[in-house]
Amino acid sequence: MSTESDATLAQEHPIAPFLRMDRMPHIWCPTCGIGTVVKCFATALDESKVDLDKVAITSGIGCTGRVAGYMNLDAFHATHGRAIPFATGLKLGRPELEVVVFSGDGDLTGIGGNHFIHAARRNMDMLVILVNNFIYGMTGGQNAPTTPETARSSTMPFGNFERPFNLPHLAASCGASFVARWTCLHIRRLTKTIRTALNRQGFRFIEVIAPCPTLYSRLNRLGSGLDLVKFYHDNSEIKHGADTRELDIAFQDRFICGNFVDEERPTFLDMMHAHYKERLGDRYVPMPDEGGWLHE
Amino acid sequence: MKADPAGVLTGVHYLDGDYACGEGAMAAGCRFVAGYPITPSTEVVERISQRFPMMGGTFIQMEDELASMAAVAGAAWTGSKTMTVTSGPGFSLMMENIGLATMMEAPCVVVNVQRGGPSTGLPTMVGQADMMQARWGSHGDYELIALCPQSPQEAFDLTIEAFNLSETWRVPVMFMMDECVGHMTEKVVIPPAEEIDVVPRKLTDKKPDEYKPYEVNGKPVPEMVRAGDGYRFHTTGLTHDERGYPVMSVECQSVSVKRLIDKIRLNADQIVRYEEEDMEGADVVVVAYGITARVTRAGIDMARAKGIKVGFMRLIVVWPFPETRIRELADKVKAFVMPEINYGQMVLELERCAAGKATTTLVPHGGGGVHDPADICKAIEEAAK
Repeated sequence: MSTESDATLAQEHPIAPFLRMDRMPHIWCPTCGIGTVVKCFATALDESKVDLDKVAITSGIGCTGRVAGYMNLDAFHATHGRAIPFATGLKLGRPELEVVVFSGDGDLTGIGGNHFIHAARRNMDMLVILVNNFIYGMTGGQNAPTTPETARSSTMPFGNFERPFNLPHLAASCGASFVARWTCLHIRRLTKTIRTALNRQGFRFIEVIAPCPTLYSRLNRLGSGLDLVKFYHDNSEIKHGADTRELDIAFQDRFICGNFVDEERPTFLDMMHAHYKERLGDRYVPMPDEGGWLHE
Repeated sequence: MKADPAGVLTGVHYLDGDYACGEGAMAAGCRFVAGYPITPSTEVVERISQRFPMMGGTFIQMEDELASMAAVAGAAWTGSKTMTVTSGPGFSLMMENIGLATMMEAPCVVVNVQRGGPSTGLPTMVGQADMMQARWGSHGDYELIALCPQSPQEAFDLTIEAFNLSETWRVPVMFMMDECVGHMTEKVVIPPAEEIDVVPRKLTDKKPDEYKPYEVNGKPVPEMVRAGDGYRFHTTGLTHDERGYPVMSVECQSVSVKRLIDKIRLNADQIVRYEEEDMEGADVVVVAYGITARVTRAGIDMARAKGIKVGFMRLIVVWPFPETRIRELADKVKAFVMPEINYGQMVLELERCAAGKATTTLVPHGGGGVHDPADICKAIEEAAK
């Protein structure tokens, strides 16, 4: 039920203009961390002064996969795991777009893992915000490529025995030019990192650890989302520039956050333009920034 | 409008079907192609990657066919005409995002140079066994458009037509070549740009605050916008309402999915395309498409030499199927004969439309080669009895 006071409240909230308020309430559970990450993203968009009309956001499938649909931007809700290649098409089809991929750990590094490593290898120009809740939330708490060893999931009821990804190391070793990790507790730091990343080029990867109170936390008896955020507070260590090999996450153990990689390297489009210019000289006709589209 | 001369290689050429398809795409105004190498289709993107840098086009070789089709669906929202190219195994991987492009109504062209299957099958040899997959290979209920060229010239001409149809109806269009047409080299005439009609991307005239991405107002197809033009629109593979917002309800499903189907089914008569020869007084009509249409002519000549009155119908647009015309013919002729390089796919549709009023006979071929015209002649003789 919508009332006038709800509407007034919606207008007054500082990030309301960045959201599709006509889609509220969102689907996320109480004390889920995704909403906080969205708030940090919206604040960073606001502070970075990017032209919002030129920002295109793509999500895959899953709880975090719903983010694109709530953002008041050109927003694409693609298939499971395919947000990165879909976003690649957007970027190469209209190079002036600032392309953001916002999705979950299972979506981007399970079913979408191949696309993730290749986009990083190409230094494809996009900002990837990955919310890692260590589990497949929307489908009911199944094991993810990020589930820590021994943690329980609905498909590993006796505890996970697979080794999980160290996501910052994966991104960095594949060639990402910007790599960071925060939790949804680190609101100011995360916002600042997103703002920084929005002003960089190339494949920029930010992992954000966030609680899934309904599944990961319940299956592992970890309490509410708030309890997990307290855990992050007590157990996360900030170590900028840390060797990404040291960033593995063990079950309910101390872990490292920070900005790890921030290197200026030519992007896919930089490399392509430079290469064709060198090989073809004046014969090279680059796609216009506003896209290679046929219109009257 | 007329074609952008930058993409048109006007002249008389000696090209194989794959190269001609690539030339057709560039002439149609395609400026974004994503693909993954697979025999016997790769020459299409080799041709494009050779010429794109000189005309403002971007080709990217993606990590797989899932990614290729996803990139094409994404790039379609920038206003670019987009295409991907593959063969059977890659076509299977593309199905996921062909469904996405269908649901989002993202115009694009998917080329499948068919080889023998199932699975890895016959990588370098011909097949026509992906015809049903072209129609409903992705999950869920939908209709789209598929074309079959019979020669390199048609690979050029009909690729342009495929782009025009995709823009007009906002569907992914399946361009169902086969290995024989893809690797056959013949004369291809590419006309001057001013003689090539292309359908440009039609954008809405509405302002952002008036615009709803899937509002149709009684028209078959909604108006489109481009990412980056300030519309702040949303689109999704979920069942969605006029705003493009997900709505999980029986009502929304019945409205939105029915419209996806109806825009093709109810307008099929505008989309179907076929050629007929010697239908007047025919007792038997042979229906064929792609390379098989050319082999069929030899079989028909043999049957005519034996005094049988044979008509020929060549399918150019294969989906939607020319149902109305087949029903008309079924009232007049005794029998249909359909050779195809599979064990019975399009013939099922032919049989359905003939509805028992005329007999239907399949002339199957397992793939790896084309029919012996004598087998087609024999089937015609049997059908004429």
